[in-house]
Amino acid sequence: MTNHWVDIKNADLILVMGGNAAEAHPCGFKWVVEAKAHRKAKLVVVDPRFTRSAAVSDFYAPIRAGSDIAFLGGVIRYLLANDKIHHEYVKAFTNAAFLIDEGFQFEDGLFSGYDAAKRKYDTATWQYQLDGQGFVKIDETLQSPNCVFQIMKRHYARYTPEVVSQVTGTPQADFLKICELIAETAAPDRTMTICYALGWTQHTVGSQNIRTMAMIQLLLGNLGMAGGGINALRGHANVQGITDQCLYSEVLPGYLSAPADADKTREEYLAKRTPKPLRPNQMNFPQNFPKWHTSLMKAWYGSAATAENGFCYDWLPKKDAAYDVLALFERMHQGKMNGFVCQGFNPLASAPHKAKVAAALAKLKFLVVIDPLATETAEFWKNYGEFNPADPAAIQTEVFRLPSTCFAEQDGSFTNSGRVIQWHWKAADGPGEAMSDLDIMAGLFARLRALYAQDGGAFPDPVLGLAWPYRIPRQPHPEEVAMEINGKALADVTDPKDPSKVLAKAGEQLAGFAQLRDDGSTASGNWIYCGMWSQAGNLTARRDPADLSGLGQTPNWGFAWPANRRILYNRASCDLAGKPWDASRAVIKWDGAKWGGNDIPDMRPDAKPEEGVMPFIMNPEGVARLFAPERMVDGPLPEHYEPFETPLDGNPMHPNNPQAVSNPAARIYPGDLESFAKARDFPYVATTYRLVEHFHFWTKHALLNAITQPQQFVEIGEELAREKGIANGDRVRVRSTRGQIVAVAVVTKRLRALEVDGRKIHTVGMPIHWGFRGVTHPGYLTNTLTPFVGDANSQTPEFKAFLVNIEKA
Amino acid sequence: MNVTRRQFLKVTAAGLGSSSLALLGFSPQPALAEIRNFKLARTTETRNTCPYCSVSCGLLIYSLGDKSKNARAEIVHIEGDPDNPVNRGTLCPKGAGLLDMIHSASRLRHPEVREAGSSEWKRITWDDAFTRIAKHLKADRDANFIKTNADGATVNRWNTTGFLASSTASNEAGYLTHKVLRGLGVVTLDTQARI
Repeated sequence: MTNHWVDIKNADLILVMGGNAAEAHPCGFKWVVEAKAHRKAKLVVVDPRFTRSAAVSDFYAPIRAGSDIAFLGGVIRYLLANDKIHHEYVKAFTNAAFLIDEGFQFEDGLFSGYDAAKRKYDTATWQYQLDGQGFVKIDETLQSPNCVFQIMKRHYARYTPEVVSQVTGTPQADFLKICELIAETAAPDRTMTICYALGWTQHTVGSQNIRTMAMIQLLLGNLGMAGGGINALRGHANVQGITDQCLYSEVLPGYLSAPADADKTREEYLAKRTPKPLRPNQMNFPQNFPKWHTSLMKAWYGSAATAENGFCYDWLPKKDAAYDVLALFERMHQGKMNGFVCQGFNPLASAPHKAKVAAALAKLKFLVVIDPLATETAEFWKNYGEFNPADPAAIQTEVFRLPSTCFAEQDGSFTNSGRVIQWHWKAADGPGEAMSDLDIMAGLFARLRALYAQDGGAFPDPVLGLAWPYRIPRQPHPEEVAMEINGKALADVTDPKDPSKVLAKAGEQLAGFAQLRDDGSTASGNWIYCGMWSQAGNLTARRDPADLSGLGQTPNWGFAWPANRRILYNRASCDLAGKPWDASRAVIKWDGAKWGGNDIPDMRPDAKPEEGVMPFIMNPEGVARLFAPERMVDGPLPEHYEPFETPLDGNPMHPNNPQAVSNPAARIYPGDLESFAKARDFPYVATTYRLVEHFHFWTKHALLNAITQPQQFVEIGEELAREKGIANGDRVRVRSTRGQIVAVAVVTKRLRALEVDGRKIHTVGMPIHWGFRGVTHPGYLTNTLTPFVGDANSQTPEFKAFLVNIEKA
Repeated sequence: MNVTRRQFLKVTAAGLGSSSLALLGFSPQPALAEIRNFKLARTTETRNTCPYCSVSCGLLIYSLGDKSKNARAEIVHIEGDPDNPVNRGTLCPKGAGLLDMIHSASRLRHPEVREAGSSEWKRITWDDAFTRIAKHLKADRDANFIKTNADGATVNRWNTTGFLASSTASNEAGYLTHKVLRGLGVVTLDTQARI
């Protein structure tokens, strides 16, 4: 979330789309209810299903799963065509006036630079036009055909209400009503917030779904405002924190892009990641990359990391390919992996195409599962009849199952969706011999390190040299680790403006990332968390609920990264002179000498408004990107593409281009494209979702939750039920090209047939919570059915729109 | 005058109204003090966070025992933390069942191994588990570690053993896991957060 849970109460309009907060995040949804009750805010819900969020909305519209960009692109067109944008904001705070390379083109569904054989774009023509000093050329009048504003206007002109309705199935009148409500928030003192979740991410156009919405929020001037922002309602209690610790191959803690084969030396590596400002006077905050990276190396490799050896740059593994969860299972399936460790993760249930995942696991030499609960993954080899028809004798994988403690049985911090880090305390020991994840990792590492010390082996240096300063090496205390994440001064850290002034003495905890240095004099395990444990102690343990602003900021409850800032980009909540757009919800303001107010300013505190330092400090251009010259592999502007399993014959926006049916830059593994279903055999759109009574594959182990939703079911609309002769309560078989499940049919008014591209489209709703372990009735893992393909940018699997057939069992 | 609860009940059952008790010349104080105690009064309260969705609701966990060195605490009740600015004491239907998750029959209690081709779990000690797994890891790393790529550039990676990390581990566990894995050269690393 750019904002935070309580801040939802400050919104005038709440859009819930690509999510269902009332059921998936009930206690956060109370702030939607609060906004409705006390601000007279309106709630709009767009979803294929009439959810419980929809049930309390002021306006609900149905949409075909997988067509969100068509809908949102239509909103952009509406805002531009009806001049419902926040002009001053758009002109100053976005790249609307920036000029793009004259070679940029969009034709018949493809952007310039497409290589069909590689399914990749060359982004050379998506770049800014630069002047002699390396700054982007701009056209203040917004009239140049090559400026972002005009390119965007042309691009979305095609998304008329007629086309939107044709592609999404949303009735035109409903769509226009929602456009009107959204357009009202273009007023400087009105804001809209958007609450989305997996309903937007689990698509092959997932990242672009979210980008489209971000563009709308920018056009309306809603980013940086109290009650505004782009708010991802995330999954687990610490999914944000684990994302921040970056347990994925392409980044190091704090979103530091990990080195790849091409980054041969530390100098080359740092140079590529340390941008130059693209406009005069901008903060260009990533220019500090070397400080963050060097401090991480000091936290990891301690005294072994010296300026002479490039702070052990060579010790870091260099990435040569994709290693995301889909790539990982593909490699495993191809027999390229020998070992695999699952820590608190149940991929047999949560990764797509269960049969492929099970076959891949069976090719391993060894599998280690660390979990508090008996998961399906740990027993992929065991025969559970129709639910898991495995033959143990044929599976040679050696499987270890290690019991870990759960949240209640350990100290530590979790980061909520609003970036607030909160410490929690242990209430009891775990059952039996259960150990914490920390102790298990430390135990395994201690054993490995001893083996390398004793016998040597492949490149033992980083194994032996890894900094391990914990009092009890096999049991690092969570507090010690939290202090390491924050970081400390290794030598006195002085003020660059006045070297006689010591900001942090050697050995002291650092107060924030501004104190990090690139000369090895500071260590910090995660720069964005720097400040969580300063000399003042553990700030994540603070429990003062005082809210003096009335905005719900509670600055002394826990610690929000970065820098305890509660609303990101909050400089954008003020006009160019530093005056809040809405004085009644002022986040910060310029007081004549400095920035300050109800939040930590997302701006250099002494940056005078007339200096023109723009709010989006993490971009070298200082402004937000309506047009993205980099980072998006599938286009600088979002475009509607069909799901890889589409119920239509093609992409109605590009009916004559077979290359532009589905995301042209999504990664497809050999053999998978042919395995995707065709609508003639599998005519119904399936979409997976969650219930209020359950949490993923976890609560099926808890009796109370199992009692409230004991048995697997699927939802279908009344019309489809009639066509298929299915009655409420009948058992039905749902098939995809990858497998089948059997479940009880719930016939409902919540899912209705939609008119799409001249035909009727039915949706089958599939809650995901059952499996062959737990205290519910045994059920099928729904990922038996889902396709093995992910978002072009994030590789998040497409669970929200695929094809099935259904019949009475 | 002392009176036990039993005697008190006898007396009152004999037909004396409570207003008459004072006339008997004794105060019913000790007897009334035997009303049922609030059961949480003897527990220890611990602040924690619900592990389910990312609202990360504040919890108060009540456990028997005072957390002294040799006392084994047992969690008997969980409710929302009324001070928490986000959930303000509430819990949803998922969080309402937390006690049953903690005490679930599916909780793992000791390390186990399923040998190749076997259809059974076998209990092992932590020492066995760590030793066997460490040997597997070392054997695979030593056999498949890539020091330089085809161009001769130093790459120091190990991509034949993979790791999927939890989204319910703490920041501290996640950070330490990351540190250990990169230290070993692992690049085949991903997290629940992607899904």
